[in-house]
Amino acid sequence: MRSASVPELVCLNRVTCAYGAQPVLINVDLAFTPDQFSGIVGPSGSGKTTLLRVLLGTVRPVAGTVTRQRGLRVGYVPQVEAVNWSFPVTVAECVLMARTHGRVLPWRSRVEHAEVCKILARLGIEHLARRHIRDLSGGQQQRVFIARALLGQPQLLLMDEPTAGVDVATRHEILHLLDDLHHGGLAIVLTTHDLNGMAAHLPHLVCLNTEVLGQGSPRQVLTADVLERTYGARMEILEHAGMPIVVDRYDPADNVVSLRMPSA
Amino acid sequence: MDDLLRPFEFEFFRNGLIVATFAGALCGLVGVYVVLKGMSYIGHGLSHAIFGGFAASALLGVNFALGAGVWGVASALMINGVTRRRVIGADAAIGVITTASFALGLALFALFGRRGRSFDAALFGSILGVAQEDVWAIIAITALVTVVVFFGYRSLLFTTFDPEVAEASGVRTARVDALLMLVLAMSILATMQVLGVTLIAATLVIPATVARMLTNSFSRMLLLSTIIGAVTGFVGMNLSYHLDVQSGPTIVLVGATLFAAVFAITGTRGLRRTVGIHEHAASGVAPTPAHGP
Repeated sequence: MRSASVPELVCLNRVTCAYGAQPVLINVDLAFTPDQFSGIVGPSGSGKTTLLRVLLGTVRPVAGTVTRQRGLRVGYVPQVEAVNWSFPVTVAECVLMARTHGRVLPWRSRVEHAEVCKILARLGIEHLARRHIRDLSGGQQQRVFIARALLGQPQLLLMDEPTAGVDVATRHEILHLLDDLHHGGLAIVLTTHDLNGMAAHLPHLVCLNTEVLGQGSPRQVLTADVLERTYGARMEILEHAGMPIVVDRYDPADNVVSLRMPSA
Repeated sequence: MDDLLRPFEFEFFRNGLIVATFAGALCGLVGVYVVLKGMSYIGHGLSHAIFGGFAASALLGVNFALGAGVWGVASALMINGVTRRRVIGADAAIGVITTASFALGLALFALFGRRGRSFDAALFGSILGVAQEDVWAIIAITALVTVVVFFGYRSLLFTTFDPEVAEASGVRTARVDALLMLVLAMSILATMQVLGVTLIAATLVIPATVARMLTNSFSRMLLLSTIIGAVTGFVGMNLSYHLDVQSGPTIVLVGATLFAAVFAITGTRGLRRTVGIHEHAASGVAPTPAHGP
């Protein structure tokens, strides 16, 4: 999404990334502005997480350029599957990790304590400050890592599969929270596998499978043609309450391998 | 009572007790990072690798701290480089480097005989060879490591828990990892005399594991593990004298007994806290998160 009037936070120009000889992203052109709330969709191994890492700055492209706004602050919320839930940290300790610079003493200052409390209160989890991160619900766990990212006062929040493995109520909770944060002036880019529960509710989508195969609003992107090119599978698009609903179009005749039941 | 206090009349015992207590505290402190980063195997391997340097310095007549120190630092940096590159399996590469170094030490002793410091003491630990300079060395290294952990607390915590986000947040994780390996090498060098290379890994792992079973807070785990390590060293060294068993095995057995006692008290609740730590840190695959209560 390019906007002539809004300055871009990050701009990717013909970015190609590879792990060894295997290309993961090819000639990706994308730009993210401060008013952005984008979802990156695509099948497993399509380069979604790599794209987030490029935006984060931990993966360098082998070709192309990444231009960041000067002094850009980026927050990152990892996938819950990537978090070591056995690690001995309380909610407050986890959030305070975002402050590694400026203060060398191990314990938090009064100012830091107040900041952590304020962010936890903003996200409705102040009462959980002393709890271990494992002893939380899925939605609360997401809020802890969002709180850690917010403590760095980011302009751009990157989230890797924020609704993976959560129930419907938690997904709604996360969507509402992200919507609030976006309306508060935060640009958000997230990856998701969930086309109906998550992607269809976002204002902007990028369809990715090594290269960008489509971008725009859910109505523009969630089409049978774009999705077939992205996922390599045929899908049908229905409409419900003005929103596109993606359903699998499974045709047994497409099966290459037929399963035969043994005759009685 | 007199029997209990009798060994304190001997200088060698007093020296050994100080070194064992500080060695326990040092290993307890460093062991927290070793356990949480899934580096137990590295700690075990590094102690064996340093044995090669020990043998070489003993035979060449080079100062032990210098010879084994250079060898240990080189091994630590090599292991750190191998684990970060991941061209081949890190555990396999570490196994090659460390066992080759250990084997070299054994071969050197076999070929040229046992000179200088005791061969058995290096393997299993002994208080008999503890000199006054060893006492000062362990105190100095414990102080140095404490300073590193104190001022590097935030970077070390972030890198240990979430290296990718730490790096993205401006923490130089490669330097932090290298620093941790150097601290580990120094700790092994300083404690080798009392604990022995074959048993150092246990003193790195047991206090931290026991502490993890007792707390969910990282800062409290650091403190508890250090105290548990010191107490284990102190009690183990006293028992070593009275039972006439080498110091290394006695200290490890005291630690193992403490582990069993804490496990009996905390039950599965305590053990559950430690589940997944090693697997996650070593493989990068997380244990299934508990979406409860």
